[in-house]
Amino acid sequence: MFTYYLNLGMHSLSRNVVITGLMIMLIAVGVAGSITTYALLNVLSANPLPSRSQQLFVPQIDNRGPNRITTGGEPDPELAFRDVIALRANDEATGRAAIYPIYLASIPADITIQPFAAKGYAVSADFFRMFLVPFQYGGAWSRADDDDGSNAVVIGRDLNQKLFRGENSVGRELPLEGHVYRIAGVMEQWNPLPRFYAAADVQGFDLAPQIFLPFQRAIDLKIPTAGSTYCALNYQGRGWDDLVRSECTWISYWVELSDAAAVRRYAAFLSAYAEEQNANGRFSWPAYTRLRDLEQWLKYLKIVPSEARISFFVALGLLLVCTVNTIGLLLARFMRRGPDIGIRRALGASRGAIYRQYLVEAAVIGLAGGLLGALLTVSFIGNLNLVFEEKIARTVHSDAGTMALAICLAVVVAIIAAAYPVWRASRIQPAWQLKAG
Amino acid sequence: MNIPVRPILSALTRHKAGVFLIALQVALTLAIVANAVFVIGQRVIYISRPTGIDEANIVVVDNRWVGALTSVQAQAKTAADLAMLRQLPGVVDAYADYSFPGAGPWATLWAISLDANQKSPTSYSEAYFADEHALATYGVRLVAGRNFQADEVTPGSQLEQSTAGPIIITQDLAGKLFPAESSLGKAVYVGGVARTIVGVISDMQVPAVGTRTFAYRSVLSPIRWADAGGDQYIVRAKPGQAEQLRIRLSTALYNVSRLRVIDAVDGVQSFHALRSKAYSRDRGLVILLTTASIILLLATAGGIIGITVFWVDERRRQIGLRRALGAKRSDILAHILTENFFIILLGISVGSLLAFAVNIALMHFLEMTRLPTVYIALGSALLLTLGQCAALSPARRAARMSPMEATRAAI
Repeated sequence: MFTYYLNLGMHSLSRNVVITGLMIMLIAVGVAGSITTYALLNVLSANPLPSRSQQLFVPQIDNRGPNRITTGGEPDPELAFRDVIALRANDEATGRAAIYPIYLASIPADITIQPFAAKGYAVSADFFRMFLVPFQYGGAWSRADDDDGSNAVVIGRDLNQKLFRGENSVGRELPLEGHVYRIAGVMEQWNPLPRFYAAADVQGFDLAPQIFLPFQRAIDLKIPTAGSTYCALNYQGRGWDDLVRSECTWISYWVELSDAAAVRRYAAFLSAYAEEQNANGRFSWPAYTRLRDLEQWLKYLKIVPSEARISFFVALGLLLVCTVNTIGLLLARFMRRGPDIGIRRALGASRGAIYRQYLVEAAVIGLAGGLLGALLTVSFIGNLNLVFEEKIARTVHSDAGTMALAICLAVVVAIIAAAYPVWRASRIQPAWQLKAG
Repeated sequence: MNIPVRPILSALTRHKAGVFLIALQVALTLAIVANAVFVIGQRVIYISRPTGIDEANIVVVDNRWVGALTSVQAQAKTAADLAMLRQLPGVVDAYADYSFPGAGPWATLWAISLDANQKSPTSYSEAYFADEHALATYGVRLVAGRNFQADEVTPGSQLEQSTAGPIIITQDLAGKLFPAESSLGKAVYVGGVARTIVGVISDMQVPAVGTRTFAYRSVLSPIRWADAGGDQYIVRAKPGQAEQLRIRLSTALYNVSRLRVIDAVDGVQSFHALRSKAYSRDRGLVILLTTASIILLLATAGGIIGITVFWVDERRRQIGLRRALGAKRSDILAHILTENFFIILLGISVGSLLAFAVNIALMHFLEMTRLPTVYIALGSALLLTLGQCAALSPARRAARMSPMEATRAAI
C-alpha cells in the first residue's frame, strides 16, 4: 500500500510543477539556512574541553575598585603580574597555569628557510596537562624547569614541519629573538577555538599557536605580551619594571581544583587574599573576587559573535515563514483534489487511508526539499566566508551528519506543515463532493 | 467603481484557514524584514563612515624586527627605514606608529579632563604616537595652530613613552573640550599630567574600528615610535601610485636590513584592504540580511499566488454566476484584489506589533536602538504592493472567466 501511495504522491507532484517546485525550494532554503547557522553556532559555542569543565577555574581579583571602566562592573578577566606571583605560591590547586600571548621572530640555523615570526604563549608547565595538549614527540617541560630559567620550548606541528620536515626534533635547537632554545616537545595539531584559555587573545580565531615558552623564562627575558594590557587611565609607568609592579592586568591565570571542597577552600583563600590586600593598604574597597569554572567562563567571555546568533534567528524565522507557506500551499493543493478524495471515500477508502496517502505525498515533498536542502547546506557552509570572517568560517565543515540532519529536518517540517491540510482533506464528505460534481 | 466591501469581508470568513495562513506569513515577513532593513541601514552607514585620511593612497607595512633589539637600536633601525621610505620615488611621506585609523591592530584609550582633579573625564579619546611627518602622511588638514616640531618629538615604544609634551587634537575633540572658545594654547589633563594643545586638525578616526561614541576624537602625542618588537609603517603614495608602491615596499625594506620579518601575504597592505577586513563582520551581516529579506519577500509572494489561484479555481462557478448576473470583468478583478488587500492589512497590523517585539529581542544582542515607525510603514507599503502584484495574475484569470462557467460541472 505504501508504494501505491508513493506512486500517487510522485504522480501528483508532477501535475503541478510550479507550485511543487516552489514548496520544495522554500523548504530547501529554510532548512539549509537553519542547519548552516546552527552548525556555526554549535562550533562557536561548543565547550572545547567538556571533560575538564568541573576541574578548571579562573580566579579574578578586583584590583581597580571604583575606577573600573571597561569590564562592566566585573573584575578584569586577567591578573596583574604581582597577583599571579602571589597565587602561584598557593598549592591548594593541583594545577596552576599562568599564560600570556607572545609573538617571536626567528632566524633559523638552516639558511634555506626564511626568517619568520610565530605566535604562541608563555605558559607554566601545568598548562599542557591541564588543557590536555596532545604531543607528537617529547612532552612538556617539568615543573622544576618552570623556575630554573630553563631554555625549553614546545613547538607546534606546523612549525616542526617547516623547520625539521616533520621529523622528531626533540633536543634540537631553535633560535628565537637572540636566544637559543632546546625543543622539549612537538605538539600534535592543537587549536581549540575560541582561545578561551587566554582572555587577552580571545578574539584570535586564528591559526594554531606554534611556540610555547616557560612563563618565568619569558618574564626574565622581558618578552612583552602580544595581547592587550589593561592599565588604569592615569597609568604613568614606564618600562618593564614598572609594568610588572603595576596594577595593569595582562596575564591569564587558571587553576585546577579536584573537588567541590577544594573549590570552596580556594574561593575562601582568594577572598582572604583580597582582604589582605585591603588590610595592607593596596586596595581601598571591599574584597571582590570571582572563581568561575570553564563553563561559566565561556559564558562570561561572550565569545560567540552576536552576528552568529542573529543569523541563526533570521534563519529560524525564514524556516517558520517557509513552513507557514507550505501549509497554505498544501492546503490549496489537497482541497483542490476534493472530488478525487470524495470518489475514493465513496469507493470505500477509510479516513486513515486518506491520511496516509496525503502524508506520504507531503513526506515526498519534504524529502525532495531535504535533498536539495542538503546540497544547499554544503554550498552555504563552503561559502560562509562571504558572510563571516575567514577565521570563523574556517571552523565549520559540512559532513554526512549535517546533510542527514538537513534531510530529516526537511521531512519533519513537511509532515508538520501537512498535518492541518491532511486533516482537512480527511474530513471531506464523499456524498457532498459527488453531488456537487 | 463601487467596491462591495461588506460581501467581500463576509466571504473571507468562509476561508478562515487560508486567510489566517496568508496573514500570518505577512506578519512574520513584516516583522523580520522591517528589522532587517533597519539593521542593514545602520550597518551601511557605519561601514561607509570616512576615516578622514587620504585612504586611497595609504599603504601600511607590518614590520617585525628579528633579534632582541635595545630601544636605541630599534630607534636607529626605524629611522633608517623611514629615511629610505621618504626618499623612495612615489612616496609623499611616511611615519611609524603602533596603530592607524579606523582599522588598527591596537588602541590606547585616553581620558581627557579639563581639571587635574576631575572625577569623570570630559571626553575619552584614543591616541596616536606621531612625529612631525604624521600629518603629511595621513593628509589631514591643520585647521588651527601648528604641527609638532622635530625637537618636541621624543623616542618611545610600547613600554616606554613620554607622558608629557604638547598635543594635537581633532576638531571634534576640540569642540567637545572647548565648545565656546579656541582650544589652542589651552592645557588639558591626561592621567593627571597637563598637556598643551598646539594644533587642531580636521577630523580623523581613532584606531579601534569598534569605537562609536568618540570615533573622531583622536589625539596626537609627539613620540618617535620605534618598538623593539616592530611597528606599523604608514606610507602615503602619490595619487594613483599606491598599488605599485605596495608591491615594491617589502623588497625595498629588506634591502635596508634583512633582519626583519614582513609577512609575504599580509605584511604590506593597502589601507583599503585593511579597512575592508576590519568591517567584514558588518558587511557579512548586511549580505546575510539582504539575502534573507529577498527570499522572505519572494516566498510570501509565492504563497499568496498559490492560495489565490486555489480560491479562484474553487469559486469558478460563483464567479461565472456573478458575471452572468451582470458583474463586469473589472468587478471581479476588484473583488479579488480588495480581498487580498484586507488579508494583507490584517497581516500588517499583527506584523507591526511583532516587529516591535523582534526589535526588543534584537536590542538584547546587537547595539540597536528602537525601531523607528517609518521602517514599519515602509515595510507595510512594500507588502501591500507585493500582495496586490501577487494577486494580480490570479485575479485577471478570474476576470477572464466566462459566465458559462456557472453552468459547468465543478470537476
